[in-house]
Amino acid sequence: MIRAALAALLAAAPAAADEIWVTNEKDDTISVIDAETLEVTRTIPTGERPRGIVFSHDFSRVYICASDSDAVQVMDPDSGEILHDLPSGEDPEQFALHPDDRRLYIANEDDAVTTVVDVETRRVIAQIDVGIEPEGMAVSPDGRIAITTSETTNMAHWIDTETHALFANTLVDARPRHAEFAKGGTELWVSSEIGGTVTVFRVSDQAELAKLDFAIKGVHADRIQPVGFEFTPDGRTVFVALGPANHVAVVDAETYEVVDYILVGRRVWHMAFSPDHRRLFTTNGVSGDVTVIDVASREAIRTVKVGRFPWGAAARPTPKG
Amino acid sequence: MIRTLALAALLLAAPAQAADTLTLRIGWLEAQVARPPMLSNLDPAPEDLGLAGARLGRADDASAGRFLGQAFELSETVVPPGGDALAAARAALADASLLVVSAPAATLLAIADLPEAKGALIFNAAAPDDALRGEGCRANVLHAIPSLAMRADALMQFLAARRWTDLAMIEGTHPQDRAWAEAMARAAGKFRLKLRGRETWDHASADIRRLAGQEAPLFTQGLPDHDVLLVADELGDFARWMMFNTWIPRPMAGSEGLVPSAWTPQAEQWGASQLQSRFRKLAGRDMRPEDYAAWAALRALGEAATRARSAEPAALRAYLLSPAFELAGFKGRPLSFRPWNGQLRQPIPLAHPRGLVASAPLDGFLHAVNEMDTLGQDAPESACRAFMGDKG
Repeated sequence: MIRAALAALLAAAPAAADEIWVTNEKDDTISVIDAETLEVTRTIPTGERPRGIVFSHDFSRVYICASDSDAVQVMDPDSGEILHDLPSGEDPEQFALHPDDRRLYIANEDDAVTTVVDVETRRVIAQIDVGIEPEGMAVSPDGRIAITTSETTNMAHWIDTETHALFANTLVDARPRHAEFAKGGTELWVSSEIGGTVTVFRVSDQAELAKLDFAIKGVHADRIQPVGFEFTPDGRTVFVALGPANHVAVVDAETYEVVDYILVGRRVWHMAFSPDHRRLFTTNGVSGDVTVIDVASREAIRTVKVGRFPWGAAARPTPKG
Repeated sequence: MIRTLALAALLLAAPAQAADTLTLRIGWLEAQVARPPMLSNLDPAPEDLGLAGARLGRADDASAGRFLGQAFELSETVVPPGGDALAAARAALADASLLVVSAPAATLLAIADLPEAKGALIFNAAAPDDALRGEGCRANVLHAIPSLAMRADALMQFLAARRWTDLAMIEGTHPQDRAWAEAMARAAGKFRLKLRGRETWDHASADIRRLAGQEAPLFTQGLPDHDVLLVADELGDFARWMMFNTWIPRPMAGSEGLVPSAWTPQAEQWGASQLQSRFRKLAGRDMRPEDYAAWAALRALGEAATRARSAEPAALRAYLLSPAFELAGFKGRPLSFRPWNGQLRQPIPLAHPRGLVASAPLDGFLHAVNEMDTLGQDAPESACRAFMGDKG
């Protein structure tokens, strides 16, 4: 019955608005949210345990880590059809697309490797041995450095994208989950879930510049577990998902100070801005919903029910034409 | 497919890394105990119980160490029942001053008190006895396995949260059963639950396996009414056949039914499924509490060596007991050591064989410093004096 409804949905005309795509880890689906009406407009089946999600630069393809299917799936976002799988290595969890729009850097959680795949030839270019349970992935804006964070080894591994060799390994606090380059690629930010911190590195010499701590009244420090985070386009503000603390922290990226906390759903994982950056959508794993935050006022304005255990999020602007 | 390993090149290239390899040599010492004959042949203990966890912990340590110029070696000594565990311990200590021990409490203490153990750092990976964390504590022993009090408190927190306040208990006669029964009785009092009645199963001659339908109702008929039937049957010798055969139908908890433990194969949250699958790949079976404790001991050592950049027992011990130390133990909270008795604080999962029911500390049980310290002996009530200089 659900499948039939789905088919009908898929047959309907492609969406004509900005969209937020959310992977539902325990439903094997993607929920597509209309960024204006805040309604779920489509639910699209995926492989098993979809987590990381990223669009190609022209938004004509969407890449999905189907962790338990051991595949990165490539989907046509208009039709919702899986076009093909990429060879991804075992248990892909997160990935990052190189600025060249071709090289996909994939963290293979169960295999302690980072796999580099050419999305056009669909070939594995390299596999790089990293620490145990690699998860966070980032590529510098100039494309020269890729970062893998390993959850059990508690490191950020710095990969030279030319040689595929590690050129540095920097310790962070326990269980690093997510990495992002900031400030034009001069800084690297890494969140540590169990450590409860975010570490900021200077990229030029991998020196630690700052370590962010969080404190929320009425929430035990152990429950404050930073996971995903996103920068505003001006690079001045960063929103940090704090997992079972059920809050998103608002951090001043210049002073490294927390300026606000926003209450969201339960066990918040990741987030995506709407293409116009007016709204932020957070995936709340345990409550199975997405909190919509008004970026300017820093207020949660709506909760959108999605599938079971929403995890990853990515924005797709209104298709042209 | 290219697999870039270039490890040597990597170590040379990385600027902030030690030029020399720091090697941690860790001994695994297991004093096996003869298991008393059991009625059931269903669940023999795995031969590598605990040891498999230590092996996985070493592998995990090594994966971090290779990026930092640190190596981890595990030398394994297993003493069969009746063997000379102390002689083996002397030999192991001569080889490595970091030792992970799986042995009964008395053997563990004898090892800790050896002249050769002075200056060594020993991890208790198997003995749950509360006395080892209290008056019998030793400055050179840290406890990776939870104490009986921690497990019992975890269970009673759950029963209190459910408002199942009236309890009865059936207990076996093995020393492990008695110790566990006492721990549960004490914990029930701590959380203001009422233990209405107790019965001891010493019917060695009764064929409970075949006649449970007749024996169990009779045995439990005299117990006052209760919400939950506590079971102290740590070897699994009788209560498994009594479940569903008791006089009044009540859930069991303790050794059967709802069991609090250091680890359960039912754990999958907080990344636990990754640890489970790594363990299964290595050992070909599910991870048990003893395996988890040994894994945690090795990982604690690895974490300390990585952060403190040392292989010296004293430096490692100081770091492990400091507030800076935290271990990601796949239980949703950072694990650390209690500076007053060397016990690894950790959440205690409560599970039945098919699912996780809860994880202690439960919401609402508050503590001024760390909610995990609502489980087991807290600083003010601790009789341990050997750690007096370590109130970090």
